[in-house]
Amino acid sequence: MIQSLRFRAAVVSIAIFLAFIGVWHLATRSTASVGTMSPEYAKLMGLTATSGKSAMPGPLDVGAKLWEHLRRPFYDNGPNDKGLGIQLGYSIGRVGLGYFIAVLVAIPLGFLIGMSPLMNKALDPFIQVLKPISPLAWMPLALYTIKDSSLSAIFVIFICSVWPMLLNTAFGVAAVRKEWINVARTLEVGTFRRAFTVILPAAAPTILTGMRISIGIAWLVIVAAEMLVGGTGIGYFVWNEWNNLSITNVIIAILMIGVVGMLLDQTLARFTRMVTFPE
Amino acid sequence: MSSTKFISIEGIAKRYPAANGGATTIFEDLWLSMPSGEFGCIIGHSGCGKTTVLNILAGLDEPSEGTVIVDGQAISGTSLDRAVIFQSHALLPWLTVMGNIAYAVSSKWRKWDKAKVRGHAQTYIDKVGLTGSEHKRPSELSGGMKQRVGIARALSITPKIMLMDEPFSALDALTRGTLQDEVRRVTLETGQTTFMITHDVDEAMYLADKIFLMTNGPGAVLAEIVENPLPRDRSRIDLHKHPHYYALRNHIIDFLVTRSKTFTATTPNHDPRRVPVVRPQFTEAPTMPSLTSALR
Ligand SMILES: Nc1ncnc2c1ncn2[C@@H]1O[C@H](COP(=O)(O)OP(=O)(O)O)[C@@H](O)[C@H]1O
Ligand SMILES: [Mg+2]
Repeated sequence: MIQSLRFRAAVVSIAIFLAFIGVWHLATRSTASVGTMSPEYAKLMGLTATSGKSAMPGPLDVGAKLWEHLRRPFYDNGPNDKGLGIQLGYSIGRVGLGYFIAVLVAIPLGFLIGMSPLMNKALDPFIQVLKPISPLAWMPLALYTIKDSSLSAIFVIFICSVWPMLLNTAFGVAAVRKEWINVARTLEVGTFRRAFTVILPAAAPTILTGMRISIGIAWLVIVAAEMLVGGTGIGYFVWNEWNNLSITNVIIAILMIGVVGMLLDQTLARFTRMVTFPE
Repeated sequence: MSSTKFISIEGIAKRYPAANGGATTIFEDLWLSMPSGEFGCIIGHSGCGKTTVLNILAGLDEPSEGTVIVDGQAISGTSLDRAVIFQSHALLPWLTVMGNIAYAVSSKWRKWDKAKVRGHAQTYIDKVGLTGSEHKRPSELSGGMKQRVGIARALSITPKIMLMDEPFSALDALTRGTLQDEVRRVTLETGQTTFMITHDVDEAMYLADKIFLMTNGPGAVLAEIVENPLPRDRSRIDLHKHPHYYALRNHIIDFLVTRSKTFTATTPNHDPRRVPVVRPQFTEAPTMPSLTSALR
């Protein structure tokens, strides 16, 4: 039954995909209605008008271009012409670094907030105010103080990924079952050992859920951040290709952003499953 | 240290702030003592404060007044000398059976190496009949097996006192019976001092040397200490065949059904420091529980 459900779902998925490609192909197919517009206007519009070809690339164009990118993902012909793999590598590197620093800050701080009602109350107003700020709003301040566009992007990733991890860690730590804490207390387990042997494993699923939310947000934000700071990265690539009017490359970049985002999410989902315990 | 007062609860009270700004007194001026090696059961209606007493004894909770003295020393906080078997078994679900017990063992003997810890834990796993289930997680165990792990964990740290809060109330009758046998066997074997809360009159009669009867709260008092007249080599199966069985049972049931509500009103001279000790026994004449030693 499960097997057949999975099989039927796969069939439907493929059907939807083919239908989408089909409609896309039909919608962007060459049309032979060139003659009706004035020659000047046609010239202005370039290929679109003169050959009757739509400005929107069709699936075949995108497929061909994608193949080209996949064959040479790491070429480097100067600042404005780098392989897709290199650009994605820059973005993943920034996300990884900003996210890693956020983990180092959020998890110990979350433990402190979760274990100490005093710190919880004392830090709450700051968290409440800082949390809703759009990470990109920090960008000018970051550029001004750090004076380095790449580091500023990393800072923005840090600031956007820190909140879900911090709040989830604090919540997970505070919500550890009283009885498990009592077990540690009756065994005279010290605070430090208790944090690692009881609270950490008990709160791990909640913490990992926060980390999964964070990586998703970080990947959303990096594209926007790189559009702003420029230079390298997949966000910059999208912006650059838009300026080149290469919609094909823009579509490919969008696809790649989706695929990498999915892989990041799946990785964290796997870690979450590893620390989840059945009760 | 007097051997009759291995555990001595001395005038403890527990109050919670009430809605009107005052305080609700769950119980006050509670005195209770137990000699070493004895099995004590506390019986009373829900909400009278049994769990509170046990948690204070464990060090998990603090009394508003009074002290608890164990083995000649006032307690402060929890201790490895007082192991708790929780009603909800409270196993750590991310650890295996072995892991749960080894965690307790390595908490007590911090310098032991892994092999020694495991060897010691294995002894107690075998003792409660869980051999072969060492590598299972709590989620793979039945309710009875989980509680066995809880018992093994408590025993493994060789505590001076075992504290049990309705340990079997969540189990089916059959499992409860076998676990009662197990606990009786182990406590007799090791001479373990044990303090247990129960709702189950038969359980108390089978396991306990002394049964502490608590009146209804709020303002609960320890009304009576019932000495178990049944022989030490009693078995669960033919407990009811013993001549004293019904005298004892009726006495406790009578307390729970009627006297626990009216005790405070009808006994104005009750002295919480000198709680009457009774030993209900079968007599040829109409069944009246006889007061053997009113004062201690
Ligand atoms: N944190 C608390 N605040 C106020 N009242 C409490 C609190 N904890 C327990 N109580 C009250 O103390 C009384 C005794 O509780 P408990 O010791 O759990 O009873 P028992 O175990 O005999 O059923 C109950 O009436 C309960 O409502
Ligand atoms: Mg209770």
